[in-house]
Amino acid sequence: MAENRKKLLELYRQMVTVRQFETMAGEYFAAGKIPGFIHLSIGQEASSVGVCSCLRPDDYVITTHRGHGHMIAKGADLKRMVAELFGKKDGYCKGKGGSMHIADYSIGILGANGVVAGGLPIITGAGLSIKMRKTDQVAVCFFGDGATNRGPVHEAMNMASIWKLPILFVVENNQWASTTPLEYACSVEDLYVRAAGYNIPGEQVDGNDILAVQKAAEKAVIRARAGEGPTFIENKTYRIKGHYEGDPQKYRTDSEIKKWQDKKDPINRFSRVLFKKRVLSKKIVDQIWSEVQTALNEAITFAENSPFPQPEDAMADLYINS
Amino acid sequence: MTDRIISSSAALAEALHEEMQRDETIFIMGEDLVSHAGVFGQFKGLPEHFPGRIIDTPISEACIAGCGVGAALTGMRPIVDFHFSDFVTCGMDELCNQAAKIRYMSGGQVKLPVVFWCPDGAGLRAAAQHSQSLESWFVHMPGLKVVVPSEPSDVKGLIKSAVRDDNPVMFFQHKKLFAREGPVSEDDYLIPLGRAAVKKEGKDVTLLCYGAGYYLCEEAAEKLAGEKIDAEIVDLRTLKPLDMETIAASIAKTHRAVIVHEACLTGGFGAELAARIQDELFDELDAPVKRVGARDVPIPFSPAMEDFVLPRADDVAAAVHAVTYR
Repeated sequence: MAENRKKLLELYRQMVTVRQFETMAGEYFAAGKIPGFIHLSIGQEASSVGVCSCLRPDDYVITTHRGHGHMIAKGADLKRMVAELFGKKDGYCKGKGGSMHIADYSIGILGANGVVAGGLPIITGAGLSIKMRKTDQVAVCFFGDGATNRGPVHEAMNMASIWKLPILFVVENNQWASTTPLEYACSVEDLYVRAAGYNIPGEQVDGNDILAVQKAAEKAVIRARAGEGPTFIENKTYRIKGHYEGDPQKYRTDSEIKKWQDKKDPINRFSRVLFKKRVLSKKIVDQIWSEVQTALNEAITFAENSPFPQPEDAMADLYINS
Repeated sequence: MTDRIISSSAALAEALHEEMQRDETIFIMGEDLVSHAGVFGQFKGLPEHFPGRIIDTPISEACIAGCGVGAALTGMRPIVDFHFSDFVTCGMDELCNQAAKIRYMSGGQVKLPVVFWCPDGAGLRAAAQHSQSLESWFVHMPGLKVVVPSEPSDVKGLIKSAVRDDNPVMFFQHKKLFAREGPVSEDDYLIPLGRAAVKKEGKDVTLLCYGAGYYLCEEAAEKLAGEKIDAEIVDLRTLKPLDMETIAASIAKTHRAVIVHEACLTGGFGAELAARIQDELFDELDAPVKRVGARDVPIPFSPAMEDFVLPRADDVAAAVHAVTYR
């Protein structure tokens, strides 16, 4: 019981970490501290944290342009993440990647990917490699509803299925592909049905209910480790922020966004469950939010103190001398 | 050890056999590999010797290329067979946005030991979608290496280096040359990527070539010898990295250069090479640099038309005449 309580609290802490990280990123972007553009996952924390809670450090994850949550949930270092967003030398990619290309190969994060659906063929290769090396690792690819309309998704699902690769295809259906709504761009209302075309078990999950997400992911991970093949999980959720920070969002109404906040918010929902189970109290909530804020402040200080790369550092890291 | 006369195709299979024996993380994936040992029989003997390591795939070029990336990132050394080099178009994101950039974007965290093996070239009456020479597209992509061998001995030494390289390598081998034979050592030897070869010494003009262009130059050089024009042939072998040192040494001797490739002329590798020669070796030149390549149309089907658009040894000789005025 105590063990279970600890696990639940850890899930809560992770979700809060993702939320606080994203909130911080939005603020620092608005303040001009983060160059380029960033895509925030506020409202989708149950998906990233729920799925990654079922993984081991040696399992693989590939994520998307909206990938901060998956990285944090897979164990990425906040300091090096913030430094990368700031374009600093101590960032994960020494400032060469930025928000859309953060990677930490030492903990199985095979990278965020700036190309929509770009991760699926690569995760298929990781799955094939696991099978050839005869380990029981699993490989997870997160992608959005928009990605499911791209060709490589279908090639990847087919190949993963015929070879029974240990892969979790996790679509985070946040209902908007940039400015385009799912009901316009997709031939189906529910994305999980597409898995049937590839003989892959598909399941739709309330993507804002972390325990439901975790349950589905756990089942898929067990299946993958047992060599039974891939699973397709559709986490139905909602993107609270714009496609990118600064998005004028003319394509949707405030009332639509409001519907997914408060009661439907994944952190609020989980905390209600935890209060009921007497796992959380007001005091513990305050403590967790404050501890996360402290960790984040340390990360920001680290990033601010890190130097910018020298211009000529742009010429390094292209080829490796073998 | 002695040299034997074997085909380009046999040289490839022999090299890969040696490499796969040496390193069990190497595997080959692509379409139609197992039953015929590759669509051109280029992997003869390998499916039997290495069961499970020659992998047939569905017709899914984007995913096949991406699999090469994913497997290379996770401890394997894949060789991706593109079936026909023309189909790189179906995997361009995986090649150019992923394979070429992943190491750089990650700040050098990872290596990507993957070879994309692309049978290219015209002359088989295969028409516009099965005959192209697209190497220059990839020379333009930082992060990739580009290898285009000509003779069987080059194929063996270069594919072994490509497989051992920790960077993504585009390896273009001309379909029409698979059956072409030449001396190949039985030794386990490597030809480093980025080293050109002076295949014939000469003093009057430098012929810069690679792949099928080499054989045009060889034929042209013989004709020119009859006219007392002594051509030097430099087979570049690797376009990226490029061996400018060997090129410069040859041009410093001949002061004249003709670049020969089968790819169509406009925007071809010859354009890049000509630019570098005029930039870096202007004072050595006694004549403008000439280029010989295919005409700027898709490869047509009907034999007379295909032959018309492809460069010939006569075109090389004509270009040499144009630069060897006294």
